[in-house]
Amino acid sequence: MSGKAASGGDGPEDVFALLKAYVGRAAVGGVGKDLVNEPMIRHWCEAMGDTNPAYAGADAIAPPTMLQAWTMGGLSGHGGRSEAYVELLALLDDAGYVSVVATDCEQEYLRPLRPGDRITFDSVIESVSERKTTKLGTGYFVTTRMDVRAGDEPAGTHRFRILKYVPAAGQRRRGGAAGATATGESVAAPRPQRPRPVVNRDNAGFWEGVSRHRLLIQRCLKCGTLRFPWLPGCNSCGCLEWDTVEAAGEGTVYSYVVMHHPPFPAFDPPYAVGLVELAEGVRMISNVVGVPYDRVRIGMPVRLEFERVDEDLELPVFRAVGRGGG
Amino acid sequence: MTGVNGENGENGENGVTADAGSVRAGDALPPLEIAITRTLVVAGAIASRDYQDVHHDAELARQKGAPDIFMNILTTNGLVGRYVTDHFGPAAVLRRVAIRLGAPNHPGDTMVLTGVVEDVRGDTATVRVVGANGLGNHVTGTVTVTLPVTLPVTMPGKNAEGPA
Repeated sequence: MSGKAASGGDGPEDVFALLKAYVGRAAVGGVGKDLVNEPMIRHWCEAMGDTNPAYAGADAIAPPTMLQAWTMGGLSGHGGRSEAYVELLALLDDAGYVSVVATDCEQEYLRPLRPGDRITFDSVIESVSERKTTKLGTGYFVTTRMDVRAGDEPAGTHRFRILKYVPAAGQRRRGGAAGATATGESVAAPRPQRPRPVVNRDNAGFWEGVSRHRLLIQRCLKCGTLRFPWLPGCNSCGCLEWDTVEAAGEGTVYSYVVMHHPPFPAFDPPYAVGLVELAEGVRMISNVVGVPYDRVRIGMPVRLEFERVDEDLELPVFRAVGRGGG
Repeated sequence: MTGVNGENGENGENGVTADAGSVRAGDALPPLEIAITRTLVVAGAIASRDYQDVHHDAELARQKGAPDIFMNILTTNGLVGRYVTDHFGPAAVLRRVAIRLGAPNHPGDTMVLTGVVEDVRGDTATVRVVGANGLGNHVTGTVTVTLPVTLPVTMPGKNAEGPA
């Protein structure tokens, strides 16, 4: 993790901008290490002092509140953590937010679990808070939402929030400096930012590609049809299986509009919005750059490049090629 | 709304499940005291497959800024669920448990769970639960539970005390 420019305040760096990129990405997925089973149910009931007869005997169900327990990694750890979730936690650890505490748990139980049920689960990173100062210390709330299934049936949902934080005691400087608690971070003059992409499970691969300067097009594994923008299924045959091909980067302006009004913050009208037909055949909406807005023309050849819009956002755009120019 | 202590206080203990028709918004559940022992904290953590050191290793918990080990959220969740099903009885079915943690449960403390029925719709009751310890509220939450509905033809000579 390359260190960014120091943010100026004392205490650990505010990494919110980096964390946001993980929202919508998969967090954990996998198969429960044990089938739902009587011994674990009994051990749970013993620990909780729960003598409910529904949890014992021939037609026993598991206590519904065990939902999360069936998904736990245990001593051998979580095999099923996604790369994104591991990265997110590592990013926080590296920035000094090493402590973790669970703060919220919201569970819905859709079907009782019985001994023999095989549990599968997957979760997404639902949200990341801005940096907050709590009694425990300063840090970030990370919320995940998990779907739990028994066999193929939905069994429950589990929303879980943790606080990754720097312990308040650890923040006290040896010299007893700074009377203020870390609440009053100075906020730089808010410069309007371009809208952020909404990244979810259906399009995460696209944005991952963008981060590696690759423009990825989905390809149906059944009929081979290319599709863009990213969708869960094939428009042509409905198949849900797909892989990707990387766009070579050549394209032409298929159509365009020039935006004059209304002006959006962070945009500077007039500017041209192009519908670019890629050499591979799919079309994509993006900016046409390197040419004045009033010189964009249908049929104009363009070439893909990646434009860094701000510190956290990079976008694929298309630069006019040929035509009188350098 | 009076409702301090319902007539259904002992349903669970008698193995009889409260009938949805007998539960009213405003009913208070009898409090349940839970002694927070070191054994409970560790047993709960292990039963829930949670091996985070702060739930079993006091020294490491202190290094992380806590005065001692503390109860994990899964145990709290289990206790809140138990509190509600203890009260309403074995045929009551938990549909939803949503909790938020505040002050940690450290060994040596006592947590007192209290609950009030917030809402009853058809066979479904919503109970607001609070678990307070010596430091403040350890847990606040809402539990949704469905209860068996018997036909409104009430038993003749209805006696709330005994299952007969």
